[in-house]
Amino acid sequence: MDLKVDGLSHWYDDLEVLRDINLTIPQGEIVCVIGPSGCGKSTLLRLLGGLEVPSKGQVLQVGAPPPDSLNPLTYVFQDFALLPWRSVESNVSLVLERHDLSKEQVEARIADVLNRTRLTDFCKAVPKQLSGGMKQRVAIARALSVNPAVLLMDEPLSALDSQTRELLMGDLIDLWTREQFTSCYITHNLAEAVRLGHKVVVLSRRPGVIREVVEIDAPLVERRVSDSRISSIQQGLWEMMREEAQSADLELARG
Amino acid sequence: MTEKSTRPPGPLSDATDVERPVSFRGGGFVVQPRRLVGPVVFIVLIALWELGSRSGLISALVLPAPTEAFSAFMDLVESGNLQKHLGASLQRLVIGFSAGTVLGLIVGTAIGLSNYARAGVAPLVAAIFPIPKIALLPLFIIWFGIGEESKVATILFGCFFPTVIATYGGIDNVDRTLIRMGQSFGLSHWNIIRKIVLPAALPAILSGMRISAAIAIILLVAAEMIGAEFGIGAYVLLAGNLMSTDQLIAGVTVLSIMGLTVNWLITKAEKTFLSWRN
Ligand SMILES: Nc1ncnc2c1ncn2[C@@H]1O[C@H](COP(=O)(O)OP(=O)(O)OP(=O)(O)O)[C@@H](O)[C@H]1O
Ligand SMILES: [Mg+2]
Repeated sequence: MDLKVDGLSHWYDDLEVLRDINLTIPQGEIVCVIGPSGCGKSTLLRLLGGLEVPSKGQVLQVGAPPPDSLNPLTYVFQDFALLPWRSVESNVSLVLERHDLSKEQVEARIADVLNRTRLTDFCKAVPKQLSGGMKQRVAIARALSVNPAVLLMDEPLSALDSQTRELLMGDLIDLWTREQFTSCYITHNLAEAVRLGHKVVVLSRRPGVIREVVEIDAPLVERRVSDSRISSIQQGLWEMMREEAQSADLELARG
Repeated sequence: MTEKSTRPPGPLSDATDVERPVSFRGGGFVVQPRRLVGPVVFIVLIALWELGSRSGLISALVLPAPTEAFSAFMDLVESGNLQKHLGASLQRLVIGFSAGTVLGLIVGTAIGLSNYARAGVAPLVAAIFPIPKIALLPLFIIWFGIGEESKVATILFGCFFPTVIATYGGIDNVDRTLIRMGQSFGLSHWNIIRKIVLPAALPAILSGMRISAAIAIILLVAAEMIGAEFGIGAYVLLAGNLMSTDQLIAGVTVLSIMGLTVNWLITKAEKTFLSWRN
């Protein structure tokens, strides 16, 4: 299933946040979205998953989601959004409870996703006992448990320290290599974008319009920070971002 | 270098290479349990009081000795009246408190979740909450009669409002990203309320219960002082009318124990249901 954004614009009252966005998120690819703070990245993601209705234009699902997908459009949030009173396994089971699954099926699914995210040993722990990186892994496990067709991730690694971020990025690359999930991945971090994205979409400052779409065709597993092609792409993205960020700052200063 | 170990460190020493431990200044301001202190203070106070009464420093008319109050209490137990009074009081308390709490939870949840309920009912709650409910007792007596109903209604009313306010306050403070998360996984409205909103509001609801339980006991006694045959409040009132201060102290002590028990029960509930907080 692809996800297609068609002539989408969005306003909050008088505030124009997004303008005429056209974008395709093809099956099996990770599309990274970068842009200066406040340009409407999170808004775009909420519109993609149907948590908000666009003021103009539409978001289309192209093709049917896989039949075993319980929740085709699934989010991973920046601040994890785990229920603090539920254990790891019970946080995962929360999103399975409403589906017609037998108790054994639910247990099997939980065991499977916790195994895939290497959390099996922590299934009885409550969020408070976990580090930030583990919490986000629980959130990823929860998202995987419903077999999403598209994973919508809003700065999933931003709340983590840089070592943990590096480890989790490795986990995501491994995961993608194994099962080619589809994702829209929002980030502030250019290094994340060039490591994970098949496509990097650069938004301008508010109102966000697409400034450029950069395709990176190097396979995810082979990308290294030291790779000169990857780092020159990152440099190019930074030039664009810097202009946008600077003019956004100036705008603020002028009021 | 030999100087270093022999010369004591002090403000006058001008040497820059003196070694001394950094002095500790981080103590205090930490809440730690001191189990024995409470009971000791209590026992010392009672002992002083007893001594004062025996030596005649405190006249028996002003305040009876603790032992006298205790023997009044034993009289109450042995005559079987304690059971009658306590039974009547507890029944009113339990019915009034639980009905008030359940209704308060329902209305509070409605206000927390529906904009219409909030716009319509919240101002009403704010207007009635500050009225001392005991002032309404005469009205309740006219409506429900002098019997149990009017007393239970007073307690019910008294518990209802704090619960409403605590519940919708708790719901207002539920982390919106958790609700978003529930919606994004397609949970039904009812499931979001039951599995996300209410558990997240539980800490606020329980602390509201602590307040309404105290209010319930206060109202219980007040209501029993107006036309009741049995009940701890009636017993205390009668003792006061007869100037038998020993019985009065005994009755008041029973009330205090009742309050402590309720408090203990709620603490227990907090420990069981909110263990995830620490
Ligand atoms: N519900 C809302 N009501 C009104 N304005 C909103 C709402 N949500 C977002 N905005 C505004 O829309 C703009 C874009 O917000 P958004 O959160 O999408 O930005 P962002 O690109 O995700 O920023 P950041 O990089 O800081 O996460 C901001 O100016 C924000 O104040
Ligand atoms: Mg954002």
